Amino acid sequence: MTFINYAAKEINCKIVYYGPGLGGKTTNLQYIYSKTAPEAKGKMISLATETDRTLFFDFLPLDLGAIRGFTTRFHLYTVPGQVFYDASRKLILKGADGVVFVADSQRERMESNIESIRNLEVNLKEHGLDLKALPYALQFNKRDLPNILSVEELYRVLNFKREPTFEAVAPAGRGVFDTLKSVAKQILVELRKR
Amino acid sequence: MNLVLYEDEIRALEEVLQRLRQDSNARAVFLIDKNGQQLAGAGATDSIDTTSLASLTAGNVAATDGLAKLIGEREFSVLFHEGQREHIHISIVAKRAILVVIFDERSSLGLVRLRVKRAGQEFEKIFDLMERKARDAEAGGPEQRPTPFSEITDEDIDALFSD
Repeated sequence: MTFINYAAKEINCKIVYYGPGLGGKTTNLQYIYSKTAPEAKGKMISLATETDRTLFFDFLPLDLGAIRGFTTRFHLYTVPGQVFYDASRKLILKGADGVVFVADSQRERMESNIESIRNLEVNLKEHGLDLKALPYALQFNKRDLPNILSVEELYRVLNFKREPTFEAVAPAGRGVFDTLKSVAKQILVELRKR
Repeated sequence: MNLVLYEDEIRALEEVLQRLRQDSNARAVFLIDKNGQQLAGAGATDSIDTTSLASLTAGNVAATDGLAKLIGEREFSVLFHEGQREHIHISIVAKRAILVVIFDERSSLGLVRLRVKRAGQEFEKIFDLMERKARDAEAGGPEQRPTPFSEITDEDIDALFSD
């Protein structure tokens, strides 16, 4: 749900990074945080376990500049990817304007990717949201690892609605901003329609 | 669906927040939507990272809501965090927003609860009015206001992302 504040002249949107555990959602946000000018970002919050696994969510507020006199703010959230945190995952999706799915390219993680996309669809539905209609981008992460599937194969299995897809190596930043830009653009295009 | 707040609506919310802050002797008060966006605030808001506060509060309320449902409650409408010096009182107002009151020894939990209850009724009236206006707008009624966003061009959007 985009929040438009006419008094402060602000547009606020929420983007949720979804995907299986250890897929690189938090790393995407960390890279964005490290490469964004201090005046364009707020504090990054990570609610994580002692072993640095996401427990509830990561949060990063970003200020992209003005459009038609309105400051555009994007609030980026990650969900906890581990299967047993489903209740928390569902909560974070509430009010999402767009979703980035961070898929793990490794062969042995394919089942987890498939399960997580199904879970995304189900959890969105519970909030009255439809993945078919929602701004959405698919990221194939970990392209630098040796045991990965081809992009064609990943696309064939994971593509949901011919969404934009991006190859990524999140710790090095490859594909990270392209993915974010893609979903942010889709959100603004949606805003124009309404 | 979008949440749209116009200047007069923000002003009305801020007036109630200002009064609540004074009457309850609080350090700062905020109104946050359930998705974690700050709607309005009053008091010593500059000394606090309000964006983080809004996001964490919404997460906190959402998690507590989940807990309530697990044990068969509809919701826990009040949360209270007691610190050594500062305390946070969180409550749901008008079923859709979260009211946060930050206070210290100059106030008390009893006073905050009393004033929050009163303010809650005023917020409810404002939100009801906003909802009515939004419904009128959707029906193409007299309250319809123009949106600047239908004019957004592809160039406007691209300009945001130019490095």
